[in-house]
Amino acid sequence: MPAAGSADENGAPVNQIVAVVLVMLATVLIGAFGIRVSRTTSDFYVASRTVSPLWNASAIGGEYLSAASFLGVAGLILTFGADMLWLPVGWTGGYLVLLVLVSAPLRRSGAYTLPDFAEARLESMAVRRLSSVLVVLIGWLYLMPQFQSAGLVFRTITGAPPWTGSLLVAAVVATNVLSGGMRSITFVQAFQYWLKLTALAVPLVFMLMAWWSDGRPGLAPGDEWVLPLHGQEHPVYETYSLILATFLGTMGLPHVLVRFYTNPDGMAARRTTLVVLTLLGAFYLMPAVYGYLGHVYGMPESDTVVIALPGRLVGGPVGEFLTALVTAGAFAAFLSTSSGLTVSVAGVIAQDMLRGGVRAFRVATLLAVLVPFALAGVARSLPVATVVGLAFAVAASSFCPLLVLGIWWRRLTTAGAMAGLLAGGGLACTAVVVTIIGGPHGGWAGSLLAEPAAWTVPVSFTVMVVVSLLTPSRVPRGVARTMVRLHTPETLNVDRGDWRPRFM
Amino acid sequence: MSGKPRRAAASGTRGQGEGAATGGKPRRVVVTSPRTAAAPRPRHPLTREIDEQTRLGEVYMGSLVRTQFRLALFVCSLLACVVGGLPLLFLLAPELRAAELLGLPLPWVVLAGLIYPALVGGAWLYVRQAERNERDFADLVERR
Repeated sequence: MPAAGSADENGAPVNQIVAVVLVMLATVLIGAFGIRVSRTTSDFYVASRTVSPLWNASAIGGEYLSAASFLGVAGLILTFGADMLWLPVGWTGGYLVLLVLVSAPLRRSGAYTLPDFAEARLESMAVRRLSSVLVVLIGWLYLMPQFQSAGLVFRTITGAPPWTGSLLVAAVVATNVLSGGMRSITFVQAFQYWLKLTALAVPLVFMLMAWWSDGRPGLAPGDEWVLPLHGQEHPVYETYSLILATFLGTMGLPHVLVRFYTNPDGMAARRTTLVVLTLLGAFYLMPAVYGYLGHVYGMPESDTVVIALPGRLVGGPVGEFLTALVTAGAFAAFLSTSSGLTVSVAGVIAQDMLRGGVRAFRVATLLAVLVPFALAGVARSLPVATVVGLAFAVAASSFCPLLVLGIWWRRLTTAGAMAGLLAGGGLACTAVVVTIIGGPHGGWAGSLLAEPAAWTVPVSFTVMVVVSLLTPSRVPRGVARTMVRLHTPETLNVDRGDWRPRFM
Repeated sequence: MSGKPRRAAASGTRGQGEGAATGGKPRRVVVTSPRTAAAPRPRHPLTREIDEQTRLGEVYMGSLVRTQFRLALFVCSLLACVVGGLPLLFLLAPELRAAELLGLPLPWVVLAGLIYPALVGGAWLYVRQAERNERDFADLVERR
């Protein structure tokens, strides 16, 4: 549906193209500049001691707010109505669950990636490798819709075929990651958060003024769109499954954990998470208003409503400027999230699947970008937030049990962790593949496959606990020391063991 | 301990200068305090009990993990009640779905507005309490 039509309504998409070029140029330049600023991982390590919670939290927000948040949420709310309000609630609330269950212990573990944590806690290379595979799958699943919606937005502003936009973003991301730019710059990602917030907030102010002067049009009486538990086939099941996936999936995302490492200690990790929660809460107040206004003004149901709405409501040169601003924000969202994900995925591929080293990292970066780019071309085009929601479901059914049980339950065994990851992650991945490639399916089967978290998360937890109880001899030998490491405040002078993550 | 010789010197050879060659040996005075006698430093600080994974150390560690886990569980249960309860409420009381607050639909006011400050507030209270638990544990372990 190219009918979102900001191009023909504004008449001059030049502004938008200029905005896109500017964002891309800025990203590449800052990336190139960053090579000089930070060359090694240890620079990153040292820099981490001086990063305050606000900067750190902005960086997490900048990396976390993807195309799904910037464009997808408003699009889904416009399409399905009130039930989709749970999506941003879950993406924010996931940080509360992360805060209380994992943030401080995870920082204290010293793990740099999820496979690192698996290795540190379970002392098993097998669990580490399985975690690596899952990280790569989740990363690809998350990257694919970013590229797809980049293509969609690019088509809306230029009329070019979708793959050109995808290719553009993929190329910039790969260049950037290969040059080592985005890698360690907390401040760049922090800046991205504030850019995205501004790009959504400023047009919103103008649009609300326009809406006010239009005489504050509301919904038609009896409009079902506004009601919760409506619009889907099995709304109650799908709502609960969505809640479970988003609240528990956040902690298992590969690109989030790396940023926690930049906190100096566990206490700072908690405070950072609190600030992240505040920043995300502020951001997610806005997509719902975009969706609401989009419905009131009868916009076509599409992921590009955020781009099209300012031009429709405000018009004139101001409208053109605002459209350019949201477009810039959208591309900032594509680039920042994709870069963060690519770095995480490439790091895991290089370290755990290839032999490590600089050449392996280069090959891994290309793999990390090319596979989701190819998938973006062949996969069924689903709304971006739906696919990202599926990535959350996979994370919730694999890494959430691993982290929660690993941190709080001493009796978790290597065999239990393996079995749980295989069962939960495997089932969730299968459901995702069937939904994306085979779908859409109708009836109960369709709902169970499209929102798998409600059954895969309990399966994963149960398998992990039961298998652990059946294999008590496989409890890792150093579990007592690991517990000391995970839970004691850094001010205490105790023996925390000597495990260190392996840097490339 | 380190204060003793100085105190002895000060009381014994006042005005003559320390170790003066003229007055012979200064008289030694032992100065003790009942407090230092009453509270000797423990030979095994609790951190060492934890390091050596003795039964006592394990008990202390267990209590820290349990306290923090109970707090986490409390917050998660509260969250589950709010987040899990809302769809249930809309299901059981359908008239709430169409209710309005300040001219806006009630579910929207809650889900697109009020729930965010509530999440932040809950997180703030949790961080305060979790830090307090850790301070208490550190005091307990380092007290003796």
